Amino acid sequence: MNSIFAKRRARLLAMKAMRDNYIPGDRLITCPKCGQESERRLVAQGLSVCPKCGYHWPIGAYYRLSTILDPGSFRELHPRLSAGDPLRFPGYQEKLDAARRKTGLTEAVVTATGTIGGSRCVVGVLDSRFLMGSMSTTVGEKITLAIELAAKSRLPLILFAASGGARMQEGILSLMQMAKTSAALARFSDKGLLYISVLTDPTTGGVTASFASLGDIILAEPGALIGFAGPRVIQQTIGETLPEGFQQAEYQEAHGFVDAVVPREKLRETLCQLLRLHEKGGTHA
Amino acid sequence: MHNSLTAAEQVNIARHPQRPNISDYIGALFTDFFEQKGDRLCGEDAAILGGVALYHSRPVTVIGTRKGKTLEENLKCNFGMPNPEGYRKALRLMKQAEKFRRPVFTFIDTSGAYPGLEAEARGQGEAIARNLMEMSGLTVPVIAVITGEGNSGGALALAVADRVLMLENAVYAILSPEGFASILWKDAQRRDEACGLMKLTAPDLLELGVIDDVIPEPEGGAHLAPAVAMRQVDRCLARHLAELDKESGKALAAARYQKFRRLGAPASQKEEG
Repeated sequence: MNSIFAKRRARLLAMKAMRDNYIPGDRLITCPKCGQESERRLVAQGLSVCPKCGYHWPIGAYYRLSTILDPGSFRELHPRLSAGDPLRFPGYQEKLDAARRKTGLTEAVVTATGTIGGSRCVVGVLDSRFLMGSMSTTVGEKITLAIELAAKSRLPLILFAASGGARMQEGILSLMQMAKTSAALARFSDKGLLYISVLTDPTTGGVTASFASLGDIILAEPGALIGFAGPRVIQQTIGETLPEGFQQAEYQEAHGFVDAVVPREKLRETLCQLLRLHEKGGTHA
Repeated sequence: MHNSLTAAEQVNIARHPQRPNISDYIGALFTDFFEQKGDRLCGEDAAILGGVALYHSRPVTVIGTRKGKTLEENLKCNFGMPNPEGYRKALRLMKQAEKFRRPVFTFIDTSGAYPGLEAEARGQGEAIARNLMEMSGLTVPVIAVITGEGNSGGALALAVADRVLMLENAVYAILSPEGFASILWKDAQRRDEACGLMKLTAPDLLELGVIDDVIPEPEGGAHLAPAVAMRQVDRCLARHLAELDKESGKALAAARYQKFRRLGAPASQKEEG
């Protein structure tokens, strides 16, 4: 019985992942970094990494989960919890509807339980295709529920950030999600549990200034833009051109804010290793 | 209270250059202030002023953003836009307040955390995130007062409090209305329109449950009769502190968690099926 359900879950995630991993365009696609053309099929098969220069295309939440979780272990949390419109902001409903149609997602985050290399954990993935992965009240709520579940079940937590920051259309209530998620992480951390934060392109604004920066271990994908203020705002403020590589994953690593920059093909393996290293807890009484 | 002003006019009052600032509040409400500088890591940030003082003859920790009033002061304080060192200093002082079992008062008037190259290099995002996380668990009373404008994570980093109070003409928002209009419509000129939609005034925020109390200001704004405004702030602070004094440190942290936990999970947004 169990294995039938596991197979069905595996198939469901695979289907959603396939939709996520679709890179629009003709047979050939052009890499925004090196400008070279590659066969779209090859890129899709290679984790959406440019075969010529290693550029990492942003990827959808379900596809991300399919590359990380053990097959058949995926169980989505709160799949129907979708965005409200707490400030009744003009034009917001239409924007949400368009984002839902475009992505097939109900909100900018997917949360789930699953296993990675046999270790059970709670995983959340932001999806930058849905209104720039911005943090709405529902995104904050889903992340907080995931943190609370991990705390209650004493499971490791892994969150993949990909966000332009707080969602403007929900105003101050979006801002408050920074406090809410960070407070939940404080309680989670007090229980001696492991939180791994993975920063992907882009991680900025209120997400950087809350849960994304609070991992016990912080990983980042190569070339990902990571910062609080966006480069355009900084450039306008200081009136100078920004140095090459500013705010990229490698820059954050050099400045002490990231434990390791890990290419996509090594990510699952790295997570397996980290979960294994923490599985038994400390040996000191 | 007189709410005939538009939200955009309210923003103008909140930004009035003669509006009482952190130094005025410290001078009027506290005695024996001793300023504490530095984050003990790498620097001192004048955009945040903090230290220990007496409030009605009991020791408290006071922290606030500092803009300065003259141009020279403005420049020294980076126009009230803190760098990571400022937030880390604030956290240091809050942890010290917890150690010595002192209540914490924060006074907030900032257009936001400084969006600069150096600020990024030293982890502006991490500094704010750390404050949010640590403030949520403090076991002493924390009262935040938004006195002018409180914008973005740069304001929130001092406002994870048991009581968030707001002066009647202060504003509190996700971002400056100019920045908001620029992000949403790529047009900073539509600032007034943004003000009207953002729910940044004290009554709006009280209704949303983001703040806990509104402190009345004299007719026309606090800058027209600062002494009157100070008395109102004092009365409000004393009342809320007396309430918080009844709770244990653990109960305070638990209630603070629930206060922020509830925000943005309205009943109308419940899961279907």
